[in-house]
Formats: sequence, structure tokens, C-alpha cells
Amino acid sequence: MKVLVPVKRVIDYNVKARVKADQTGVDLANVKMSMNPFCEIAVEEAVRLKEKGAATEVVAISVGPTQAQETLRTALAMGADRAILVQTDQDLEPLAVAKVLKAIVAEESPELVVMGKQAIDGDNNATGQMLAALLDWPQATFASAVEVSGGKAKVTREVDGGLQTIEVDLPAIVTADLRLNEPRYASLPNIMKAKKKPLDVKELGSLGVDTAPHLKVVKVTEPPKRAGGVKVETAADLVMKLKNEAGVL
Amino acid sequence: MAVLVIADHDNQSLKDSTHKTVTAAQKLSGDVDVLVGGTNAAAIAAEAAKIAGVRKVLAAESAELGQGLAEAFEALVVPLAANYDAVLTPATSQGKNISPRIAAKLDVAQISDVVEVVDANTFVRPIYAGNALETVQSSDAKKVITVRPTVFKAAGEGGSAQVETIAAPAAPAKARFVGQEIVKSARPELSGAKIVVSGGRAMGSAEEFQRVIEPLADKLGAAVGASRAAVDAGYAPNDYQVGQTGKVVAPELYVAVGISGAIQHLAGMKDSKVIVAINKDPDAPIFQVADYGLVADYKAAVPELMDELSKVGK
Repeated sequence: MKVLVPVKRVIDYNVKARVKADQTGVDLANVKMSMNPFCEIAVEEAVRLKEKGAATEVVAISVGPTQAQETLRTALAMGADRAILVQTDQDLEPLAVAKVLKAIVAEESPELVVMGKQAIDGDNNATGQMLAALLDWPQATFASAVEVSGGKAKVTREVDGGLQTIEVDLPAIVTADLRLNEPRYASLPNIMKAKKKPLDVKELGSLGVDTAPHLKVVKVTEPPKRAGGVKVETAADLVMKLKNEAGVL
Repeated sequence: MAVLVIADHDNQSLKDSTHKTVTAAQKLSGDVDVLVGGTNAAAIAAEAAKIAGVRKVLAAESAELGQGLAEAFEALVVPLAANYDAVLTPATSQGKNISPRIAAKLDVAQISDVVEVVDANTFVRPIYAGNALETVQSSDAKKVITVRPTVFKAAGEGGSAQVETIAAPAAPAKARFVGQEIVKSARPELSGAKIVVSGGRAMGSAEEFQRVIEPLADKLGAAVGASRAAVDAGYAPNDYQVGQTGKVVAPELYVAVGISGAIQHLAGMKDSKVIVAINKDPDAPIFQVADYGLVADYKAAVPELMDELSKVGK
């Protein structure tokens, strides 16, 4: 079974995003970028499926600028077999990314696509579901456990209030939640080996996919700042202030 | 222009997030219909019909809808969408599961987690864990939107909409429900609670979390939340998690005990009206958003706080 893992290069999750003064977006110049944390979990799960013998090949794919090759090399160092970069400087919406991924799925015919539940920059939480819809494949989102056997995947999902388990026929889309696994660190020898693994670069234009934006960003602003608070000395002070000043008790 | 709101419910009763999504929908159009898909749909539809300002309620009954399968909702909603200019869903785990699938089938963008409706085409949504707000203008004729329920007021009661029963189309059999494990709790629901008490990694163990956080929550009539660190360490179940990847809450009072305040956590609670932080580290980032900060070890501070609350009749 071939597993396709889409990964995204995003601002590092420890960096606090700063809005540009001209309100056109978030300042990404000279900011540390990394693989989206949910994508790391997806790569880890795909590699574990291979280690268990459930998968034969793990293909990482990214849609983005030339620098996304670094993100793909990270996936290769974690254990992916090869990588594909669909190169574009356009910042694509989830629907466009889903269409690009659909074109790649048509070429690669994976039986399983494992991807993160959301990217920490756009916070859309949509691409996996959209890809499932475009392919007419079943979806198992927010996965915290995945078991693959006999052409089916049994997936435990994190839902409001607890956990739900569903079974989907392959081919299917699984999106990873935080608790699916703990991603491994790439070791130095594996980072070196990853440099020799195949990485195909395709131009976005060569896929013939309509990636025209549906949404126009009018402006990006800072959220309203909270007024500075006060430190209180004792629990008694705290309760008095909550009762008399804030009126929330 | 008409808007369809997909109701959030647990097959027993309607959830408050539906009322809040109706409020957002009313900013788009006066003609708001509510769709209830699930088991026990007729009873839940009757509840939805009472929401003020709702034009019509559609009720579709099937086991697959009751199990929340996205494929079943796609089959139900996509044909219905022909009659509407917008489809709104609360941004709950269920809404996030089904809505993008519907958007892709309609070949339109989804506008996720909307916090403000500027006009019929323009919406505001948080990005980068709530560190920026993006105003987007949609060029799609049909809008598919998920709504962050915590920022909208719940629509009131007093309506008397007509309920229409519609057939649930057969869902593709590629996905099947196996089972579920829902955490039982007598406390208020986290995302709708007026007061939330959250614990962090400082608790050190599940026993300590229960010993410290839960009695304080019970005293305040609060829901219990947790930071990701506390959930990952197994101190609290994962549906307690407040943050970018967990639940977004906006209670009147949020009490953070032993939580440092990572940006991912702040994304889930910084719209609370009053934030109280109890942390022994005076430099913890949580103090930058807290209205009232108490620099103290929770081991001493929480029992004192409990005593003081008793004195004021809590």
C-alpha cells in the first residue's frame, strides 16, 4: 500500500506572528519556518505504518515555494521514501491545494492519504475534508488512533465530548490530531541519507489545475489588545476584586 | 437571499452553538432555515423551531446522520444548497468535519471560524493562533462558512417556525460508525460555561488535577479546562483541552491555575471577559493577558481561594 503525506511549510509554532504595518499580511521575512506540527504527526504515522508492514511506500508532497524542499527533506529524514514538490509562489487556498493534491493522487494512486488536521498559519482545517470530497473518498478526521488492515482503516477520532471510532474503506483520507503519536526526531545519519532520496519538482502550471483564489484578503489586523491587568497579593484580595470590581462572582 | 444553518445537537437536544450560529446567519439574511440531521430529529427540530427569527426547520432522520458521518451530511446538504445563498455551521468538531466537504462539492471556498460578519461577502476570521485577524471578501456566489460560536450572542426563544420533514438520502457505505466513548460530566459544558477553571502542567498528576481543579470548579459552578501540557501528560481527558487545537472558550471568568500561557493556549481563551492567573512564576506569559494575577504556588493559593470564596457565600 502506498501512502501519500501532504506537508506544509509554516511559521515555526514557537514564533509569535507579527502583523505588517501596512495590514497586508503577517510578516514572514526572516522568521523561522518549520514543518507544520500536524504534518509531522502525519509523516510519523505513515512511517509507522510502513514499519508495521501495513504500507510499502511513503511519498511526501508539498505545494509551495522552492524553500518547501527543506520541509520535504525533513519528511524524508523522518522516513518517507521520496518527495514531490509542486512549486508555486502563490499562496493557495485550501480548495486549490485540495485540487492540486487530487491531481497528484491521480498520478500516484495511493490507497491512503494521511495529513494534518490543520495548518497553524491559516487555521482553516479544511484541506483534508476537501480532498476527500473531490475524490469521493471517505474521510476520517481528527484521528487519535489508526489501524489499517484488509483494505479498511479503523480510526478513533477526537470529537467534542470524547472519542468516536469509525471504519472507512480504502482508499481514504485520514487527518491527524495531536495525540495520534509523538513524531520522531530525524537523526543526523538519516538527515544525510535524506539528501540522496528522490525529490521531484513539478511546476504548478504543468498540472492544469484551476487555482484562482475565491477569497480576497482585504486586510490583516492585530487583534484588540487586552488592557494590562493587576497583580494581587492574596487570595482574599483576588476574591474581593472579582466580586466588587469585576462583578463576575 | 436565504441561509441554511446546520444544527449542532447530540441526538438528545439542541446545543447552544446552534442559537449562536443563527445570530451570525441573521447578519447575512432575514431568511434563516435550520437543518436538523440525526436521530430523534423531529424532537430536536421542534426545539429549533422555537428559536426567534427562524423561518423554517428541516428535519432529516437517519442513523448515519446521527453518527455524524461526513459522507451522509454531504449527501443531504449538497442538493439542499441549491436553494440557499449560504450554508453556516458552528465550528465545533462536527461542523469542522462536515462543512469543508460540502464546500468542495459545491466548488466554493470555505470561510473557517468566522468571528464577524461585515457584510454579505466580507468576513473576519482569526489566523496564526489568533495573533492576527484576517478580513476576507468572498467572490463565490454561494458561501460556506463555519462560525466561531463563542463570539456571537445566542438567538433568543419565542419563534414558531414550521417544521418540514425531509428524506435523508442514502449515504455512501464507504464509512461506518463503530462506537463512541463520551465523557460523562455533571458540570456545565466547556464551550458554553460562564466560568471555566483550567489546570496546567504544574498539577503534576491526574490525582492532583482532580484534587485541586475539580473542587474549585464545583465551588464556582464552573466547567473544567486544561492546557495541552496537562492533557498530553494524561492529567486530564483530551476534550478538556482549551486552545488553538482544542476548544475555544469565552466565559465571563477564566481561572488559569499553573498554566504558563503558551500562544496556542491563549488562542483558546483570550476572549474571556475576566482572566485570573495563579502561577508561581512571575514572568509566565499568562500574566500579560490576565486581569488579575496572583503570584503564588497553587498548593497554597487554591485552598485559600476556596476559603475566601466560602466567606462570600460561594
